[in-house]
Amino acid sequence: MSILWFFILIPVLTITGILFTKDGRSARVVAASGMLVQLILSVVLLFMYYAQRHAGNTAEMLFLSDYSWFPSLNIRFTTGVDGIAVSMILLTSTVVFAGIFASWEMENLAREFFISLITLATGVFGFFISIDLFTMFLFYELAVIPMYLLIGIWGSGPKEYSAMKLTLMLMGGSALLLVGLLGIYFNSTLENGQHTFNLLQIAELQLPVGVQRYFFPFTFVGFGVLGALFPLHTWSPDGHASAPTAVSMLHAGVLMKLGGYGCFRVAMYLMPTAANEMAWIFIILTTVSVVYGAFGAIWQKDLKYINAYSSVSHCGLVIFALLMMNKTSMNGAVIQMISHGLMTALFFALIGMIYGRTHTRMINEMGGLMKVIPFLSVAYVIAGLASLGLPGLSGFVAEMTVFAGAFQHPDTFHRIATIVVTTSIVVTAVYILRVVGVLLLGPLKNDHFEHLRDARWYERLSAGTLLVAIAGIGIAPLWLSNLIGGSLGPYVTRLAGAITGLNF
Amino acid sequence: MEMNFAGLLLMRQELLLAVTILIILIVDMATADHKKHQVIHLALLLFGAVTVAGFLPSTSGSLFGGMYNATPMLTMMKNILNVALLVVLLQSVKWLLKDENHHKASEYFILLFSTLIGMDYMISSGDFLMFYIGLELATIPATVLVAFEKTRNTSAEAGIKFIFSSALSSGILLMGLSIIYGTSGSIYFADVQSAFGNSKLHLLGFIFFISGMGFKISLVPFHFWAADVYEGAPVNITAYLSVISKGAAVFILTILLYKVFSNLKETWETLLYVLSVSTMTIANLFAIRQNNLKRFMAFSSIAQAGFILLGIMGADGAGMTAVVYFMLVYVFTNLAAFGVISSISHESGNETISSYNGLYRTNPLLSLTMMLALFSLAGIPPVAGFFGKFFLFTAAASRGYYILVLIAVLNATISLYYYLRVIKAMFIDHNDQPIAWFKSDVFTRISLLFCIFGVFLTGFFGMVYEYIFRLS
Repeated sequence: MSILWFFILIPVLTITGILFTKDGRSARVVAASGMLVQLILSVVLLFMYYAQRHAGNTAEMLFLSDYSWFPSLNIRFTTGVDGIAVSMILLTSTVVFAGIFASWEMENLAREFFISLITLATGVFGFFISIDLFTMFLFYELAVIPMYLLIGIWGSGPKEYSAMKLTLMLMGGSALLLVGLLGIYFNSTLENGQHTFNLLQIAELQLPVGVQRYFFPFTFVGFGVLGALFPLHTWSPDGHASAPTAVSMLHAGVLMKLGGYGCFRVAMYLMPTAANEMAWIFIILTTVSVVYGAFGAIWQKDLKYINAYSSVSHCGLVIFALLMMNKTSMNGAVIQMISHGLMTALFFALIGMIYGRTHTRMINEMGGLMKVIPFLSVAYVIAGLASLGLPGLSGFVAEMTVFAGAFQHPDTFHRIATIVVTTSIVVTAVYILRVVGVLLLGPLKNDHFEHLRDARWYERLSAGTLLVAIAGIGIAPLWLSNLIGGSLGPYVTRLAGAITGLNF
Repeated sequence: MEMNFAGLLLMRQELLLAVTILIILIVDMATADHKKHQVIHLALLLFGAVTVAGFLPSTSGSLFGGMYNATPMLTMMKNILNVALLVVLLQSVKWLLKDENHHKASEYFILLFSTLIGMDYMISSGDFLMFYIGLELATIPATVLVAFEKTRNTSAEAGIKFIFSSALSSGILLMGLSIIYGTSGSIYFADVQSAFGNSKLHLLGFIFFISGMGFKISLVPFHFWAADVYEGAPVNITAYLSVISKGAAVFILTILLYKVFSNLKETWETLLYVLSVSTMTIANLFAIRQNNLKRFMAFSSIAQAGFILLGIMGADGAGMTAVVYFMLVYVFTNLAAFGVISSISHESGNETISSYNGLYRTNPLLSLTMMLALFSLAGIPPVAGFFGKFFLFTAAASRGYYILVLIAVLNATISLYYYLRVIKAMFIDHNDQPIAWFKSDVFTRISLLFCIFGVFLTGFFGMVYEYIFRLS
């Protein structure tokens, strides 16, 4: 039994605990304590990981454990983590923890809400600890399906439409993914004649180029749907806008990262030649994503839609950076995943808290909130500044690394794409500063807003946790960057070694 | 092998069922009308014993010069059918105890057990004669069961439709069998197998055969009877048709394709390709529009049949395992759904999706059971349906049919849409007059609990799959 199994076990125990509670009040306490243990465990994992690395363990994946599940098909439950997975696990437990407190006042079917939310989290944790395509796929689907209930039951606005659209589009994506995974499985035969789903073994076997060309699009696009790859991103704004606060946080903050992480760890790592050959298609698509998302955000008046489009833009940047395929940019991509995860979770948490007070999310109906709810307003400003890339906060570190990496490509195609993507920073600044100006500054637009209460303790705890993480990354970026960079070696070598001379 | 005690043991499932039928007949004659519930309990008990007896260790062998075969795999298939029938029986107790059905409870059991004997013989058959007799024995009593509620117009209508379409399909099948006999000179599977080639006449016979089987499994375009019959039949018989009848037909089709028509593999793979695409797609599109739950489940089970064909196409070992495993999962899953539908139907008479609006607020446990069943049907982890579907797709992919797998998974996504419609009704939609809270009878609760365990455990425990794999 490895420490990683606890990342599944604790959420499952928490769910079981919630089943035995009588009402929502005790359910939320159980949920919060379970996720607190999970957060502590993540930190423990981080230090154990460091200890192993300092002791000179240079294996690609640490804490390996292997359990044979369906021996005749050689399907196993194999777990292991590298620096990237550890940082994603930390991100997830932080966001889940903050999410529980952001939904502290949930009254309608609270037990069911927390059970669904933690089921989703179980899927995410399971995905990040797996290094086996079968269990990855299983946990991926497990993470997607509770979204339907979470949005459909506890959402707002056109929730049924959004929930159905989100679920079907993501499941359609996983249809492509399944074909890709089966293709990989049947084309990687071990010496004993069995096929394998194990990432490390498949990587060693080197898939034939023909196979890569056939199955790379399936796998990449399959994961890309969850990573809001243009033009398959349309589920994202509707879904995020309709979802309840904690679900938007978890979904935009963590679940969309599954897409980028999968693109990188499965599609690009296992099929490097095809990745190099087809990168240009996806670079164009992600460039569109980044710019389109940013402009989309300008047009919106609903706070949640603004943030949802901004997520499309930022997640596009993640995949864009991955496709640049050098160490700097890939490092930036992972930092961007984490930075965006924290930022967007903070945004959605604050939007939920503001909405809970003003009962509107339309920016033109609000104004001058800084005077009445200073804590929430200041937190909003900080999140905004992180989002537009102010030095000292996490967004700057991420974007700077991405662009520095992207500019290492000397050819025209990459240069143009990079320059176009860079312009999104300006657009981001426009919509962030506009929202801050209209929403928080200026005179109070509505007399009812005068008596609004500022954040309660649980709201402060929720936002505070995320703020600390954002500032932490901004102040000490090397710490995270070394954690990730140390594990990028095999990826960079494989991708660079597979360049076939197809250049632009 | 001679017909001695060992031979009797080989045939124990069929013989025990026959004995059960006789006991029920005799006891029924000796029971007064107001004590018929005792017959019901006795029948349940006896059939429970038969089901358990099926799981005792068994050996391989054949009887009557190869007309009857028994292998552990065949016994496993019969066991799956037994378990399924036991669940259906548990779910129908409340309905049988109603005044209008009370007096004919024993007929219900006798007819059901007769069909089961037919299916068992069909699965064990070693020649086309035995196969055909088993098929008819499985079909004709089923038509009576469909028309069981004779005072209800729709039930009688469904019975007539069912017997006509069964007769037609049997005719087509028989036409195919006679051509097969004419061209190969034998009705024994082994002889037919070696004599069968790719000549035009062989193909003609084979196509008649597949069409006849297509009716029984309700593949598109042979599915037209299914929705009306499912809707008109009593709800427990609908469950029986969609799980047991269909399951037996799937088993025998798989056996025959692998054992008898192995020389035609390329032909039937192409045929199944087309059939599975049309079955999944058309059934899914029709299922979207249904409001009556029995019609809805009819189209859903047609679509599931389309998925099963994918498993059959992965011939050699993995295919057989995937199909049998999927059927086991499907038994638990579909019967969990039907348990809820029948429980609500017996209690309040409601059989439409819209009447389920707001069900979770009044009957949370039934709603959760239904949700798990629907997720399993849609193939969502962590319930068993995910594993079942995954292995079917794996079987097809092992033969290189990636595009077919893609079509199938996209269809599974479409099916998720309509399964989610029911979940939406139960959990999200509001209703001023939801179905009031009620307590299901003890037998239904046992059956649902059993199904839920099955839905969870068959997936998680890899040994179930491994056990079936070792048998095949």
